[in-house]
Amino acid sequence: MKDLSMHILDIAQNSIRAKASQICIEIEEKPDADQFIIRIDDDGCGMDAEELAKAIDPFYTSRTTRKVGLGLSLLKQNAENAGGSFSIHSEKNKGTQLTAAFSFSHIDRPVLGDIVGTLMILFSSSGEINFEYRHKTPSGEFSVNTSEINEMLDGIPIRTPEVRKFLTDYLSANLEQVQISE
Amino acid sequence: MTKIKTLADLKRIRDEVQSKIKLREQGDKPDKLVQIKVSMATCGIASGAKETMTYLIDELEHQGIDAVVTQTGCMGYCFAEPTIELTIPGKEPVVYGHVGKEKALEIIEKHIKLGEMVDGIIPVSYKTIDE
Repeated sequence: MKDLSMHILDIAQNSIRAKASQICIEIEEKPDADQFIIRIDDDGCGMDAEELAKAIDPFYTSRTTRKVGLGLSLLKQNAENAGGSFSIHSEKNKGTQLTAAFSFSHIDRPVLGDIVGTLMILFSSSGEINFEYRHKTPSGEFSVNTSEINEMLDGIPIRTPEVRKFLTDYLSANLEQVQISE
Repeated sequence: MTKIKTLADLKRIRDEVQSKIKLREQGDKPDKLVQIKVSMATCGIASGAKETMTYLIDELEHQGIDAVVTQTGCMGYCFAEPTIELTIPGKEPVVYGHVGKEKALEIIEKHIKLGEMVDGIIPVSYKTIDE
């Protein structure tokens, strides 16, 4: 994965596959404490203790199309290579929460990258799922969720070109206000 | 400083597109549209499926082609990512491998517009006698 926005897109797909109806993605930049934290919470089908233990094993996957499952292990590896840590909690039928913490100033911390692109892909395909995105930094906080957007749109799909363009601009402009790192 | 947009502006967009949307929906049903599924699992994303998907959406809109671009899971062709599944209405779905921006444009220009298949198809839609 080239940047963190790709990891987020990848991990969010796990939540979608777990049939979550609420997926929350949170990024917290704390340069003073030298931390960059990504949290992803969902209320999907979750995993029992046995599955959870295997989840970060790159040779374990619940898919049948291939025999490896690298998503979580790559994120864990990236976090640990950048002086951070990775943790995941899950409860069967309740949901899954994961946290990847990076050292903010570490040279090996990947950049956040095109988070707007990631959010647009997730939002456009959200359907019944409510996506929530929060970005906290010392300069402020920005949050957005798809149920609010859909309420405004009153039945018009997010993937409509005009709406996509507006949302892309909206997300970029607002993130620019709070985001510190690249 | 530019004025920061708020979600309230979405209402304006909604009113603007509402009339257009009605026209679009009456004219065609989803199963009559070109459908593209971009494989968007770890393997796909790591190979650039995100750029491919954004490019496809933008280019199709730019050219005024009505198509539905959605994401799907890993189809098992991790060696050929990014992969897309293209369904032209009334035809069998076709899976293309190694779809970067150039390939995506070629597929739009030739396959979607002219109906000519291009290189890079992964043969998947064959059927065995059991099916």
